[in-house]
Amino acid sequence: MPETAELAERFEATLAADQRIEPRDWMPEGYRTTLIRQIAQHAHSEVIGMQPEGNWISRAPSLKRKAILVAKVQDEAGHGLYLYSAAETLGVSRAELTDLLHDGQQKYSSIFNYPTLTWADVGAIGWLVDGAAITNQIPLCRCSYGPYARAMVRVCKEESFHQRQGYEILYTLSHGSSRQKAMAQDALDRWYWPSLMMFGPPDAESTHSARSMAWRIKRLSNDELRQRFVDMIVPQAEALGLTLPDPQLTWNAERGHYDHGPIDWEEFTRVLRGHGPCNAARMEHKRRAHAEGAWVRDAAVAYAAKRSVEAVSVA
Amino acid sequence: MSAVATYTLRLGDDALVAAQRLAGWISRAPELEEDLALANIALDLLGQARSLLTYAGSFDGRSEDDLAYLRDEREFCNVQFVELPNGDFGMTIARMLFFSAYQYLLYDRLSGSADPTLAAVAARAVKEVAYHRDHAVQWTLRLGDGTDESHVRMQAALEACWPYTAELFESDALTREVAAAGVGVDPGTFSPQWASFVDGILKEATLTVPVLPARVTGGRRGIHTEHMGYLLAEMQYLRRSYPEDTEW
Ligand SMILES: [Fe+2]
Ligand SMILES: [Fe+2]
Repeated sequence: MPETAELAERFEATLAADQRIEPRDWMPEGYRTTLIRQIAQHAHSEVIGMQPEGNWISRAPSLKRKAILVAKVQDEAGHGLYLYSAAETLGVSRAELTDLLHDGQQKYSSIFNYPTLTWADVGAIGWLVDGAAITNQIPLCRCSYGPYARAMVRVCKEESFHQRQGYEILYTLSHGSSRQKAMAQDALDRWYWPSLMMFGPPDAESTHSARSMAWRIKRLSNDELRQRFVDMIVPQAEALGLTLPDPQLTWNAERGHYDHGPIDWEEFTRVLRGHGPCNAARMEHKRRAHAEGAWVRDAAVAYAAKRSVEAVSVA
Repeated sequence: MSAVATYTLRLGDDALVAAQRLAGWISRAPELEEDLALANIALDLLGQARSLLTYAGSFDGRSEDDLAYLRDEREFCNVQFVELPNGDFGMTIARMLFFSAYQYLLYDRLSGSADPTLAAVAARAVKEVAYHRDHAVQWTLRLGDGTDESHVRMQAALEACWPYTAELFESDALTREVAAAGVGVDPGTFSPQWASFVDGILKEATLTVPVLPARVTGGRRGIHTEHMGYLLAEMQYLRRSYPEDTEW
């Protein structure tokens, strides 16, 4: 067995060469736990995110939109599955991670603690929330941990569909009747700021960032990602004919970027700590579905056990 | 409406209402794989509904959305079976087993219809429904022959659904007319195949085929259960709140 020092050197060399760490490779414990926390949180976000959008499936205003929305929410379930599988390569099970979520020891993206009040919210989530997710995830396709990077490549392809579909919903509304346009503007007013918060606290206050950057899990800082996102959505909002609810949003020719107004970090912290409008409802929904499904999962296990006993006795 | 249009509308309404119910499971399934599977089945049913409603509406210039969103309860001609609330997972599986077995036999025959549109829709749908049926069969076996609790729940689910299944096979003047013209299928003609398929699966799952009388029916004539009004209220409310707006 090579010495730990030698293994650590090899690990650092792999990172320095910008190559991937694979499940069989040695890795520092901190790297492993950081990845588990991040991938699990990402997986939980995909799964909890099914709720706010699922909220509109039964009421979608056309059969075509209903079909697109069902397919989208189904994709999110699929993203959850790929991500739990990526986490499992680090030696934890999906069941353990689910328990940690249900016990409140692991989190999901705070954005899903806001309610979807109108149909336009489905458009705003697709455009802004999936858009922010893509901005976050494109650099993760080059993350140093192979299984996570590969999961992100698949996820990003589907997220860009989601963003386009969300944009199209808003475009249809903003080019529709005055009531439809007002519905779209109202949704944008409510989702703009929370979507900027999705990139996390400013760099100066971000606790895990530096280490994640050194490990090449994270490639760009929170503020850099947020800037990319703002730069992307400003021209898109113009094309929609909608107004971003940020009076200080201006083009800064010197920086070559848009400057945005101050983010209400106090609200971010309150939602993160569990006091957002839907934190309790989201967790209650998730725990109830899990508890109500227990007899079904038990039956599947019992049935499989009976089959394997039969297989053994036949052999 | 012509006989073909009404017949198509019946099949479309069955698929639409079944899809609406099944989609209610998304984010509530016993495991993530089932959220995916049930969403997938709901999506297939919705696709069938869209093709069928589009075709039914083409006879008098209505769109799929006109038919889905702007008809009142008494104008829907789905069987009552598909509008019942989801109940627990066992109830949903029992319904999917009975319904997919029915749809499979129906679409298999309808794919030979003299009406090229119906034949094409059915030929595509039968492949989808083969998967739905397999999914329901697998779960019927697991739940029937799983734990004591799952066995009891599954048997109760079968019994709750059973009285509504008779309506699937009702023949009337319309089904006889479209069957005689070679464009539709009279469902009474394949009920023995359905019964023997269901019997076989339930026996394998250690479950008992219910012996219960059929309930008084009427879905095909727009007589529904009290659940139907709420289903439509939810499905249609947005569209009807914006009567001027047709683009979404
Ligand atoms: Fe996703
Ligand atoms: Fe997405």
